[in-house]
Amino acid sequence: MSALLSVTDAHVAYGKVEAVRSVSLEVGTNEIVTIVGANGAGKTTLLSAIMGILPLKGRVAFAGQDLARLDIEDRVAMGLGLVPEHRELFVTMNVEDNLELGAFRIERSRAKSSIERVYALFPRLKERRKQLAGTLSGGEQQMLAMGRALMGEPKLLMLDEPSLGLAPIIVADIFRIVTELRAAGVSVLLVEQNAQAALKIADHAYVMELGEFVLSGKASDIAANERVAASYLGFQHEGASAI
Amino acid sequence: MNTTIMLFLVQDGITNGAIYALLGLALVLVFAVTRVILIPQGEFVTYGALTYASLAAGQMPGTAKLALALGIGAFAFDLFVARKALHGRLVVRSCITNIVLPAIVLALTIYFAAQKPPVAVCIALSLVIVAMIGLYLYRIAFQPLAHTSVLVLLIASVGVHLALQGLGLLFFGAEGQRGPAVLSGAFTAGALRFTGQSITVYAITIAFIVGLWLFFGLTLYGKALRATAVNRLGARLAGIRTTLSGQIAFLLASVIGALSGIMIVPITTLYYDSGFLIGLKGFVAAIIGGLVSYPLTAVAALVVGIVEAFSSFYASNYKEVIVFMLLIPVLLLRSLAAPAVEEEKD
Repeated sequence: MSALLSVTDAHVAYGKVEAVRSVSLEVGTNEIVTIVGANGAGKTTLLSAIMGILPLKGRVAFAGQDLARLDIEDRVAMGLGLVPEHRELFVTMNVEDNLELGAFRIERSRAKSSIERVYALFPRLKERRKQLAGTLSGGEQQMLAMGRALMGEPKLLMLDEPSLGLAPIIVADIFRIVTELRAAGVSVLLVEQNAQAALKIADHAYVMELGEFVLSGKASDIAANERVAASYLGFQHEGASAI
Repeated sequence: MNTTIMLFLVQDGITNGAIYALLGLALVLVFAVTRVILIPQGEFVTYGALTYASLAAGQMPGTAKLALALGIGAFAFDLFVARKALHGRLVVRSCITNIVLPAIVLALTIYFAAQKPPVAVCIALSLVIVAMIGLYLYRIAFQPLAHTSVLVLLIASVGVHLALQGLGLLFFGAEGQRGPAVLSGAFTAGALRFTGQSITVYAITIAFIVGLWLFFGLTLYGKALRATAVNRLGARLAGIRTTLSGQIAFLLASVIGALSGIMIVPITTLYYDSGFLIGLKGFVAAIIGGLVSYPLTAVAALVVGIVEAFSSFYASNYKEVIVFMLLIPVLLLRSLAAPAVEEEKD
């Protein structure tokens, strides 16, 4: 079976500086794939380029279709969703409006039931549905950003650093929800600095360093590889503290 | 001064202020959604007013032809942009909105212009014509520049303003025109005399403000427009096209402009270049509102109207100067309150 998302030999550059070099990756249906690596490795750049925010040289295909000529909005309509690092919420609008707009491309009747599903996934959002998005806590904003992306009924959800700046309890919650998404038939491409947590829930993993993939394989193998852990991920096994 | 004169001036100021409020709101809307400072807003006012006056006088307004010409241009742009992936539905849809629609309106205009149509028909045709001009202008002049800086958009805006003003001279000549009142008759309340026209101005302004409020608060498209204004990238990630939001904003702005013109032209003689100063007063209000706040803009517009009424009574030679001087303390205060803001980079 062909992959849901396949990226072949992708290059992304800011002017003359290549931030991503010759990267290839695949995400299958019902799969969580993670890209781990240090700050500045090019992970966010890669996700932005897959979404169409940045120009990409190479080939990106989603659900068997080449994305080269499609805008961000077309990619959203095809079922590709991105929860960006800075969340990009509509801060002066309330939670419910933010969610409703996430389903801008979806039929009104279906949007009604998706909003209930999102509330079931994130009960906190239901409690705060009339509150302005800008007044939510960091964790709630992250949930809202994920909820808004889910309202667009994505086949593949790309999450950029969902744990950034959040308390450990909330991070655990968000990772639990990511696994629930897979069970609900949504594939996930997860970019994380918190490699340990990401590798625990992912099926497949890529390790990124200075714009290139230096390693890929089953997430459990990558996590178990001590040399990899020490040199690329910045942590050691068995209780050693993170660097 | 006695109270009667003062009341007269306040009344006059509020009537004009209501129109500036509408124009100011349109400017804030367009800027928030597209980052364009809409200098041609004034031309929408004159085009609306003079198209209406021409039709009412049984003359053929050139704006109907301009709409068709711009529509053909917009169609060409659509085809050019989609040249690598042309498909039938896109061509047909673009052809209908950009060519068939203005062609039908042109035919109707030619038909009606020959027989001095009733006021309602004149208003409807003028609004539709100017609305189409606004829509196609966005497609031709601003949509291709949507990703550029505010400064580039401003320069494009100045260019469009100059072009439209020149065309206005061509279409309507250098003489001023007046149009028939939308609502004739008048009544007196105490010392004040309310004409049907001033009542129309109040009613339409209030109806429009309430309408806009409902549109932005309750409808999906209204919310999408606000979302684009708040966070462009976020809106795109939700699947809301920036171009769609821009089109709606320009459509609203041109309709508001034309409507303002139609309300003014029975009160004041308008020339092909009168719109600029009128639009500029809406702009003063919008600036006082910081180009973001709708309520502040509306209040500021009423203040602008009243200041203008009083200064034209006391020092009519300086009335424009006095109105624009309102800006100086506001800009000074704003610059002190907010440290230098870097231009957003997207």
